[in-house]
Amino acid sequence: MKYVDEFRDPELIERVAREIRRTVDPDYDYRIMEVCGGHTHSIYRHGLRDILPQNIRLVHGPGCPVCVLPMGRVDDGLSVAGQPDTILTAFGDMMRVPGTKGTPLEYKARGCDVRMVYSPLDALRIAQNNPEKHVCFFAIGFETTAPSTALTILRAKAEGVKNFSVFCNHVTILPAIRAILDSPDMRIDGFIGPGHVSTITGCRPYEFIANHYRKPVVISGFEPLDLLEGILMVLRQLRAGQARVENQYRRIVPWNGNGAAMRALADVFELRPYFEWRGLGFISQSALKIKPAFAQYDSEVRFELPGVRVTDPKAAQCGEVLKGVLTPPQCKLFGNACTPEHPIGALMVSSEGACAAYYKYVAKPVEA
Amino acid sequence: MNTKPKIAQIEMAHGAGGKASRRLIEGVIVPPLANRTLQTLSDAATLTIEGARIATTADGFVVKPLQFNGGSIGSLAVHGTVNDLAVSGARPVALLATLILEAGLSGEVLEAEMEAMGAAARACGVEIVGGDTKVVEHGMADGMYVSTFGIGAIDERLTLGPQSVRPGDRVLLSGPIGDHGITILLARGELELESDIASDTRAVTPFVQAMTSVAASGIRWMRDPTRGGVATSLNELARDAQTGIVLDEESIPVRDAVRGACEILGLDPLHIANEGQFLAILAPEIAEAALQAVRAVPGGEGAALIGEITTEPVATVITRTRYGGTRVVDMLVGDPLPRIC
Repeated sequence: MKYVDEFRDPELIERVAREIRRTVDPDYDYRIMEVCGGHTHSIYRHGLRDILPQNIRLVHGPGCPVCVLPMGRVDDGLSVAGQPDTILTAFGDMMRVPGTKGTPLEYKARGCDVRMVYSPLDALRIAQNNPEKHVCFFAIGFETTAPSTALTILRAKAEGVKNFSVFCNHVTILPAIRAILDSPDMRIDGFIGPGHVSTITGCRPYEFIANHYRKPVVISGFEPLDLLEGILMVLRQLRAGQARVENQYRRIVPWNGNGAAMRALADVFELRPYFEWRGLGFISQSALKIKPAFAQYDSEVRFELPGVRVTDPKAAQCGEVLKGVLTPPQCKLFGNACTPEHPIGALMVSSEGACAAYYKYVAKPVEA
Repeated sequence: MNTKPKIAQIEMAHGAGGKASRRLIEGVIVPPLANRTLQTLSDAATLTIEGARIATTADGFVVKPLQFNGGSIGSLAVHGTVNDLAVSGARPVALLATLILEAGLSGEVLEAEMEAMGAAARACGVEIVGGDTKVVEHGMADGMYVSTFGIGAIDERLTLGPQSVRPGDRVLLSGPIGDHGITILLARGELELESDIASDTRAVTPFVQAMTSVAASGIRWMRDPTRGGVATSLNELARDAQTGIVLDEESIPVRDAVRGACEILGLDPLHIANEGQFLAILAPEIAEAALQAVRAVPGGEGAALIGEITTEPVATVITRTRYGGTRVVDMLVGDPLPRIC
C-alpha cells in the first residue's frame, strides 16, 4: 500500500533500530514522552517496544482528546441528548465514553437520537436535513480537529442554519505539555512531538520546550519508521547535549503550520481562562470557547447544561498514568475493574488511550 | 425476589460478535436452556436420531443495506447457513427459511431476494424445503429479515473440536479477510469513501470438501470467521482449547482496499466480518497438502497458512509483527468504531 508500506519496511526499520542501539548510553535510563495518543497506539500495535533497547522508556503523553475530557463535560453533552427534538452527534471515539448515567451508545439504546459522524460537516448536513430538530455536535480534539469545527460554524452562519450548535471541548496541547514539565514528579528527557496537531500549528510553538526547559522535541509521524527515526533524532540531540525542535514529519508538517486553519481558529474561537483536564486538573488558557459573535452556535449558550464537576473514581489512577508517573498495568484497576468494555478511566476508552492500547496489544486479556 | 439482571439493556455491541455477544449468550441465553448439546456452543448442534447423526444450525440475517456489492440478504442467508454446517464437518442437505417482511417493502426487492436465495441454494446443492412468513408494521424492520434453519449430514471422517487441537498444529485461512465487513460499511454511504471492493459471500463447502478428501484425519477444528472476525474466532479457540495461537502478521491475506479502509478508519482487519472464508486447524504433517487442496479449488488461490498453535501463552492470540515485535490480538470489543485523529 503506497505511502504506508515504505514506512513499515523491515529492512529500513532494522537499520534505524541498529543506529538507535549504537547511539544510546547503556548506563542511562532514558524517558522519552510521545505526546500524541496516535503515537502510543502505533507503538503498541507494531510491537516497537520489543525492538528498542531496554533502557529507553516511552512515557505516554496527554495527547488523547477523549482521555483528557472530564466526566462532568460528558454529562453536560449527554444532557443535550435527553432534550426533546434534539439529535446529538459525536465522533466515534466519544460513543463509548462513560458519563455518570451511561455512555452515548447507552443513551442511544435507550431511545435518544445519538448519531456518530465522521466530520462536523456531517452534523451540519443532518441539521439541514432535519429542520424540525436541533442538532448538537459534541466537539472534541486538539488543534487537529478544531479547524474543521471552526469551518463548520462559519459555514452554518454563511448558510443561515438556525438549528445547529456545537458543544465545544476543543483543547490546545501546549499548556498541557507545560503543566507536565512543571510537575515536580516528572522527569522527561525529550519529546516525540505530535504529528497531526503540528500540521496545523507548525513546529514553532514547541520552541519554548527546547529553549526554556532545554528538552529536545522531534515532531514525528505515526508509522513505525517515523517513530523510530524520531526517537533516534531525540537520542542524537541528547548525546550532543542539544535541545532543538526538529521536524521528522516533513512530508506532512510545514514548519510554519497551516495559516488558513489557524485563521479559522482565530475567527471562531477564543481561549477559555481555564479548563479542567481529566487527570491533570485545571490548566489555564488550555481550551477553546466559541466567540460571542457565534453565540447562536454555542450549545453552552443555547442549552442550560448542568455543569456539575464529577470527580474520577478514587481508585483509578488516570492522572498518574497520563503524566507518565505510572505505566498502565501499575494502576490498581487496570485489567480487572477497568477494561475497554467497561472503562472506568478515560484512558481505557479511546483506542489512543495508553491503557486501552496497552490492554489491547500487550496485556494478556483478563477473562471475564 | 428481585435480582439484578446480568445485562441492564441490550446494546448494539451485544450483536457484534465480540466479547459482549459472548456475555449475552453465556450469561443470559444459555443458562435457562442448559443441556449437553447446547453447552458446546458450536456453529452447529449434532443430534443422533435413531442412529443417524445430523448437524443442525440456525441463523438470522438483518444486514443493512439489503443489497450490496457482491451479494444481498438472500444469498447471504443461504451461504451463512451452509457455511455453519460445512465448518461443523457436515454436508449441507436442506434449509428452512423464515421471512420477516416490513409493510412497504417493494415487491421488486422481495422477488429479487427470493431469486437470489433460490440461485444460491441451487449453487450450494441444498434445497429450501420450508419456512414461515410474517409481516410487521412499517418502521418495525429494515425492509426484511431472514431467519434460517439448516440440516446437514455429518461427515464421519471428521473429528472436530477444540479438544482435538494440539501445540504444533497449523492455522489455515481460506483467503483475504475483511471484504464483507468493509463492503457493508462503505455501502451504508456514511463514510464518503468509495471502492470497488465486494463482499466475499460464498459457500465454503467446495474448499472444505477438497481439504477433507486429502486430509480428513488431520483436520482438528474449523470455523467461519463472521462477526468479530478472525481475531474473535481464534480467541474463542485459544480459550476453549487452552492453548496459545501465534500468527505471522505478514502471511495474513488482506486486500489493499481493505487495508486502506482499515488504516483510514482505525480498524483492524482481524476484527472485520467475513462471509465466505473459513479457518482450519491442521495437523502439521497434512497442513501443506490441505493448503494445496484448497488452493486448487477456483476461488481458493488466496488461502494461506497464517500461524500455529502453541502451549504458551495460554488462551491468548498474538501476532509477530514484521519487525520482530509481538502484539496481543484480542477479541473484538463493542462495534468497530472509527477514530478521529
